[in-house]
Amino acid sequence: MYDSLAAVVKESKKSGAKFWQVIQEDDCREEAIDRQKSFGRMRAMYEAMRDSVNNYDPTLHSASGLVGTDAAKLEKYYNEGKMMADDFVGRVMIRALRVAESNACMKRIVAAPTAGSCGVLPSVLITMQEERKLSDEQMIEALYVAAGIGGVISKRASLSGAEGGCQAEIGSASAMAAGALVSLMGGSAEQIANAAAIALKSLLGLACDPVAGLVEVPCVKRNVIGSVNAVTAADMAMAGIKSRIPPDEVIDAMRSIGHGMSTSIRETGTGGLAATPTGVKIREKVTKW
Amino acid sequence: MNVFEIVGPVMVGPSSSHTAGACRIGQVCRKLMSERVVDAKILFYGSFLATGKGHGTDRAIIAGLMGLAVDDQRIPSSFDLAREEGLQYEFGSVDLGENAHPNSVKLILTGESGRKLEIVAASIGGGQIRICEIDGLTANFSGDYPTLIVHNLDQPGHVAEVTSMLQHKAVNIASMQLYRSSRGGSAVMVLECDQEVPEESVDWLRHLEGVEKVTYYSLKG
Repeated sequence: MYDSLAAVVKESKKSGAKFWQVIQEDDCREEAIDRQKSFGRMRAMYEAMRDSVNNYDPTLHSASGLVGTDAAKLEKYYNEGKMMADDFVGRVMIRALRVAESNACMKRIVAAPTAGSCGVLPSVLITMQEERKLSDEQMIEALYVAAGIGGVISKRASLSGAEGGCQAEIGSASAMAAGALVSLMGGSAEQIANAAAIALKSLLGLACDPVAGLVEVPCVKRNVIGSVNAVTAADMAMAGIKSRIPPDEVIDAMRSIGHGMSTSIRETGTGGLAATPTGVKIREKVTKW
Repeated sequence: MNVFEIVGPVMVGPSSSHTAGACRIGQVCRKLMSERVVDAKILFYGSFLATGKGHGTDRAIIAGLMGLAVDDQRIPSSFDLAREEGLQYEFGSVDLGENAHPNSVKLILTGESGRKLEIVAASIGGGQIRICEIDGLTANFSGDYPTLIVHNLDQPGHVAEVTSMLQHKAVNIASMQLYRSSRGGSAVMVLECDQEVPEESVDWLRHLEGVEKVTYYSLKG
């Protein structure tokens, strides 16, 4: 697994292979599996993502009762033509909520990179496929791009809220999704790396402060901002905008910010929103065995 | 780390550590038991105790004990399945000490033949787990590989005996750890392997002088 985006970009330039191919090649070598088998496994991930969007149940609530039915509300509002955001972004928002709510309600999802951030990638990918009539193969290639970006983040920093706060989960998911979108738009390896950097920079410092320690509040709605942020970062990168701080240095900054965070805002459910009077009251109610 | 640990796994939510990891702990315990579990006392510690209820940690661990995969949609209803299959369970709390991982659990299991097994395990993030102790003895393995755990007296030659047996059987070692309580006291080696170790070779180790206990975790069945 690569430990720098610069190395992926360099390899892509040197060999002429696309970003996704560089990632796949490296993983197949490391795991000693052939490309076809690897591609088949990634196809299964994409299909599971699609299922996670489609299998939303608008009647479900989570065990705590804090989460559920919100995607259906947003969908109704969208169908009434009231949404301020444009049509594409509206559909991305709805899907992010569908998947993140399904996760909280113990339905099947794809952790990408984590369960708490599982709504980000499917929401932008499924909507992009629908919008641009892309093939499943193109979507699967984009998932390798996302995995490559997530892999570098896991090597240089972290993908865990307990270690790096929410920036490591939603921030990373957003960076992965931004890169995947650029690859689908036909952007270069360099543009992919820049989109990831722009997305991540915008979410640096995000605390992991879940109410009662559950993957519900604010996690579900943060999937929406992770998704929309990926779209804006990808558009900026496609317009030729670069991250003034090189992508790998942005990831390093995420690590150092994570290390500087108090443990109360690193998935312990003791600081931030979790420590508000309402958060504390909810905790007392829902954590009894 | 591979690409499918970044994009993946496919799992039932809400938490890779508290739900998928808990299910995985149940699965590995079931394999270590190597027979049907009929009674399970499950004692939670740390964050498992604090937030396990809301994360379905209890239902996930029972699902794992019954052999359900982490993406099995029946995980939320595993208590009903357990009742149907005659698995008795109860939950409680335990203090595993401040050195224990925050997501830890102790399982006291009884199999259908009456066999008892006590396991301490931790969910260490992203659905990855560690089996920390088996029957009070250090184990420390992931459950991702066939694993050989040898408890022996701390005296020269035991590592060579085990590793030359593995060489002879063409088994490659993925990771190896050694610990001892004190010089000349009791020692343990934990070997995660790329291939399965033949059963007769595991038995052979059990009969060596100075070897006190051999536990083998197979990925099969």
